Parts: sequence; structure tokens; C-alpha cells
Amino acid sequence: MPTTLEHADLDAMIADLPSREGDRVIQLREAIREAMAHEMRQDKRVFLMGEEVAYYNGAYKVSEGMLDEFGPERIIDTPISENGFAGLAVGAAMYGLRPIIEFMSWSFSLVAADQILNNVPKMLYMSGGQWGCPVVFRGNDGPGGQLGSTHSWSVEALYSNVPGLKIAIPSNPYDAKGLMHTAIRDDDPVFYLESERILADKGHVPEEAYAIPFGRANRTREGEDCTLVSFGRPVHFCEQAADMLAEEGITCDVLDMRTVRPLDSEAIFDSLKKTNRIVVVDQSWPFGGVASEVISQVCEKAFDHLDHQPLRVNSDDVPTPYAKNLEQAFLPNADKIIAAVKKTLG
Amino acid sequence: MPKRTAYTAKIEHYQILDENGELDTRLAKNTLTDEDVVFLYEQMSISRHYDEIAFKLQRSGRMGTYPQNKGQEAGPAAAGLVMKQRGSVDWIAPCYRENLALFLNGLPMESILLHWMGDERGNKIPDGVNILPMAIPIGTHPLHAVGLGWSAKYKEEDRVGVAFFGDGATSEGDVHEAMNFAGALKLPCVFFCQNNKWAISVPSSTQTASETFAQKGLAYGHHCVQVDGNDIFACYKIFKEAIDRARMEHKPTFIEALTYRLGDHTTADDARRYRDQAEVDEWAKKDPLIRTRKYLENKGLWDDDRQAQIEAKAKEIVSRVVKNAEGIEKPKTSDFFDDMFAVLPDELVRQRETMRTSVLGQRPQTETLAGQPQHA
Repeated sequence: MPTTLEHADLDAMIADLPSREGDRVIQLREAIREAMAHEMRQDKRVFLMGEEVAYYNGAYKVSEGMLDEFGPERIIDTPISENGFAGLAVGAAMYGLRPIIEFMSWSFSLVAADQILNNVPKMLYMSGGQWGCPVVFRGNDGPGGQLGSTHSWSVEALYSNVPGLKIAIPSNPYDAKGLMHTAIRDDDPVFYLESERILADKGHVPEEAYAIPFGRANRTREGEDCTLVSFGRPVHFCEQAADMLAEEGITCDVLDMRTVRPLDSEAIFDSLKKTNRIVVVDQSWPFGGVASEVISQVCEKAFDHLDHQPLRVNSDDVPTPYAKNLEQAFLPNADKIIAAVKKTLG
Repeated sequence: MPKRTAYTAKIEHYQILDENGELDTRLAKNTLTDEDVVFLYEQMSISRHYDEIAFKLQRSGRMGTYPQNKGQEAGPAAAGLVMKQRGSVDWIAPCYRENLALFLNGLPMESILLHWMGDERGNKIPDGVNILPMAIPIGTHPLHAVGLGWSAKYKEEDRVGVAFFGDGATSEGDVHEAMNFAGALKLPCVFFCQNNKWAISVPSSTQTASETFAQKGLAYGHHCVQVDGNDIFACYKIFKEAIDRARMEHKPTFIEALTYRLGDHTTADDARRYRDQAEVDEWAKKDPLIRTRKYLENKGLWDDDRQAQIEAKAKEIVSRVVKNAEGIEKPKTSDFFDDMFAVLPDELVRQRETMRTSVLGQRPQTETLAGQPQHA
């Protein structure tokens, strides 16, 4: 029998988390860095590798200053070769190390698809339980703002289809730190998706180390009329929409899933039992995505609680446009979410 | 000077034991002892028998598919012995045509049969054995060997990451990224390329315009060398030097071992459809077992009695191995959730307990849907 983690264990971990309230305000990129640096101080097995992570301090400055602290043996600049360092990480993990691999953009992870999808998540299974791949792959995900279609992937829809992976998508600095601690300590592979557009967002982040358990959503606000489900940057669009709807007397439960693999379906069903309406906001494409998975599960397991068909707000079913106005029109936003919520209310 | 030669290169080819069993004693110095040669000949004989039995198991429906190693035993045997003599501390990232290198370094012979019989447990490597699961996709695993070499360097341990792959794998980008990493990051790695002339049905001439496969490593700063891959002396000497170069200088070596796939690509293939029998016959004369036996007989180290003994021993060993592999209890359906994660998440616990991934579950005929009995 495999090791299991009871729901009660996760509840206890959630209860032990430090307060989200406080005045130690730092950027989301700094929160990620704090977690990585903390873990590296504790555990010599952990190292950071990727393109320009060392001397250049990272393309998005997430690893700024880490070369100075840990040296070039543990903060490693690589050739431009995503498949190369993704595959290297597999070997290193099997040798007992805990690699953190930065993709400058998750868009570039596509050239490493065989390693990250065909090797990493299957290694434990294919070796009869012998070798897991405790690697954290992290980097910028989602449209960064006029980067063009090849550089603007939201990989969560595609990658979450693969069994054996964990996928964390933080929306705020507090969660970014806690999820990164969990990711590094996890014995299984974790894809950690950072939106470039929120790396400079600021918020209170406790100085201490804390691990937010995967598979537990955070309800960012309580409401009665509709459940809004999202993850990563679009959580902010949900918050904006909820603010505007509140002015009209419509209140929403907003669930920030934090991880899409595992997915806290119970939190969604619990909220739905109260609101009886649901809108899922997902900035990846609509066909076969995370939103469609959430809605499938709702239909399979909570159908009787629905007063209206579930709706989703995705990016449009086209490559991410290059033109600014088209890119804005393409992405989910508060107006689209408001329209969806109102539709569920009839 | 407006024009100069920026770079020149040459690839050396080594042969120490020729196909007639004649030894170049000068080059053979400090390589294999008589005892080593007898040991390798015996191991190659056992491996050859294992190969034949595996082929028969497949033909009689007791195994899914199997890639014969026939004709390519010398390189893996010699390289395997080098690593065995070092205490099997080096890490091996194999593909599927170097069984002997794995057997010599601790992989139970049952494992490979079990794998090809279609059981993930064939790739469950015993603790303390430094061998990765066989990589069946082509060329994806040299990167893992690079990671292993990188880790050895990071942990300051005296180990080398060794990748075995074929000529066909050098057409994959992954292999070149692995070679570049090993060179650029100065890693203790050895790339052992068995050039058996055929990538399934595609001949080397279609794979590359290079004169040799060995030269492919030059661009990545490797030490590059070509050996007669059916010659245990040359393979031993060059592989040992490569291991030492990796350990002492953190310089990778790319070895091209010239050999020939005497069998089909796998049991799912019929090579008669695309290659001339004359070519196969020619290479059969260069068989590593034949030349090694000739050498031993010339030295008075082998005779028909000993041959009969090793053949009987091979039968006894392989028969026991087949029995063990076929005797393992079949996995239960619920087992397939167990190796998904180190700690199973709630959702998989639920799926395991209910045996339901979907609403229907794994055995829909025993379930009911909407209260109606379902029929198988």
C-alpha cells in the first residue's frame, strides 16, 4: 500500500500556517526567492539551474543575489538547451539531489516535452516505485504582454492532463512562498507556474518558512450568489469582478485553487452547495482545459446542486495575439467574468 | 595572416583482437588478463544463450517483444567489466542492447525478461545497483547520464555517468544536447555508441553524412575514438581510459564501437526484408564469441570440454531465470495507483479505494450505472 495523506493532515497543516496579515511587504518574485534560498540553506541537495539564473540574476530577477550567496556550484547558468537541463535534472534527482529548474518561460519548456512529460512524471511508475523525480520546474507562464504567440503559453491546460505531476500556480506573494517551500520539499515532480505580470505584485509575506499543502484552495472572499473558481493571475480578475458585482448587490465566493494538480474539488463542491452557481476562470484555451475539467467534475459529482449550467471564461481559441488590443480582448477579464456571473443568475 | 587552419581533427580506430583471434600484444598490454578473458567469454556465452531463449519465449507467446543483443556482446561485456572492477560505483543509463553491462553490475537477469514480458517491476532496480531503467524511446536517456555525472561532480563522488545508445540515437537532438552539456559543463561522463549499422531498417548512410559517428563528439569537446566493437580487448582498453579521463579530467569521451546487429531489430521486425544476407554472413564471421574462443584455444585456455561445460551452465542459469521471471505473481489492478506519487493525494486515494477513475470504474460489468445492472 502506498503512503497516503489524510484530509485531516492537510487541515492541520492549513491551521498551522502563519497569518496572512502583516506589514512585511515584498514582491512576489522575492517571496519565491526567499523560499528557494531558505531551502538551499537547509538542504545541500537543492540547487538552481537554468538560463541566465546566475550572473544575470534571472531573466525576471527571481534569482537575484542567489549566485552571490550560494556560488556557481549551486546556481548554475546553462547553455540554451531546455531539453538538456530538464533531462539533466532527471538524472540528478535519481542520484538523490533536489533540482530547481528555471524555464525562462514555460513556453520554452515545449522543446523539453519528452523529458518533462514522458520521463519526469512517469519515472516512479515505470521503475516499479523505485525512483521518483523530486524536481521543481518553475518559470514564467501565461501571456506576459505582447510577447507574441510562441512566448505566451499558458501550459496548465496541456500539462495538467498528464498523471504524475503536481502543478502549483500562485496568485499572490504569500502563497508564492508557501507553495514554493512545499514544492521543493515534495518527493514528486512539481511544475510551478509564475505569471510574469504579477511578479512585482506586493503583499505581506511572513519571514519564517511555511509550507502550504498542495490540493487545498484558498477562499479569498465569501459570497452567496455565485462561485468563482480560478488560479494564478486570473484570480485578480475574479476579485475585480467580485468587487464590481458587490456594488450591484451580487456577492461571490472566490476560490483561488493554488494547485490544479491536485485539485481541491471538495472546496468547489462545498461552495457550490451554498451558491448553486459556478463560473470557472482559466487563462488557458477552452478545449480540454482546467476549466473544462472543473465543470466535468461538477456535472459528475455535484449536478444536483446546480441552478444554472456551469460557465467558463477562458482565453479565446486562437494563438495569443501580438497586437496589444487583440491580446487584451483575447484574455479573460473582469467584464467577461461579470457577464458570466450575471448569466448564471438569469 | 588572412587564412589559417582553425581546427583539425582525426579519429583513431583501435583493434587489438582481430576476427581470427590474433592479438596485438603491444596494444593489449595492461588490458585483460587470461582470467578476465575466460570470464568474459563465459559471460558472453551465457548472454548469447539468454538471448536465444528470450527470442524463443517471444515466438511461443510468452513474451511481448524482445530486442536481441546477438553479435553485440563484446562492447557491453568489456565496459561492464571495467565498471565491475571499480566496484560497480558508476551509473549506467542503458537503452536495450547492452544486457551484459547491466548483468555484470548487479542487475538480476530476471529483470530484463520481466520487463519485456510487460511488467514495470522489471525496471525496479535493486537498492544499491547504479543502473537506470532501460530507456526504450531512442536517445532520451544520455541526458540522464549527464545528470548523474553532474551529480557525481556536485557531490564530489568518484563516479561516472555512462550512457549506452545506438547509432540511430545520434540523429536525436537530445543526444546532442547531452553531449554539449557534458562537454560545456566538464562532466565525468562516457558516451558509448554501439554502431551496429542499422537503426531498425535505416542504414547508417541514411542517418548521417559523417564519415564516423565518433567525430560527432568533437564539436562538443569530447575525446573521441572508434573501436572494433566486437573486440573485448579494444573495448576494455578504450572504455577504461574513458572512465579514467572522466574521473581525473572531467572530460567526456565519445566511443563509437563498430559492431553489427546479427538479429532483427526486435522480434517485431524481420530484417530479411531490407538487408542482404551476404552482409549478415560477412559479419557473422566477425562474431565476438568466435574470435574470443579462437584466442583462448590458441593460448590453451579453452577446449571442447570447457565449451560443453559453459553451455550446460548457461542452460541451467537461463532456465532458472526464466522460471523465476514467469513465476512472479501478477500485479493487481489496484497496484497501478501505488507508484503514482511518493504520497498519494486524496483524489488518487479515493480512486484506489473505489477502483473508480471515472464514474464507471475499472470493471464496468460489475458496476451499476444509474441503478441499472450492466452486462459485460
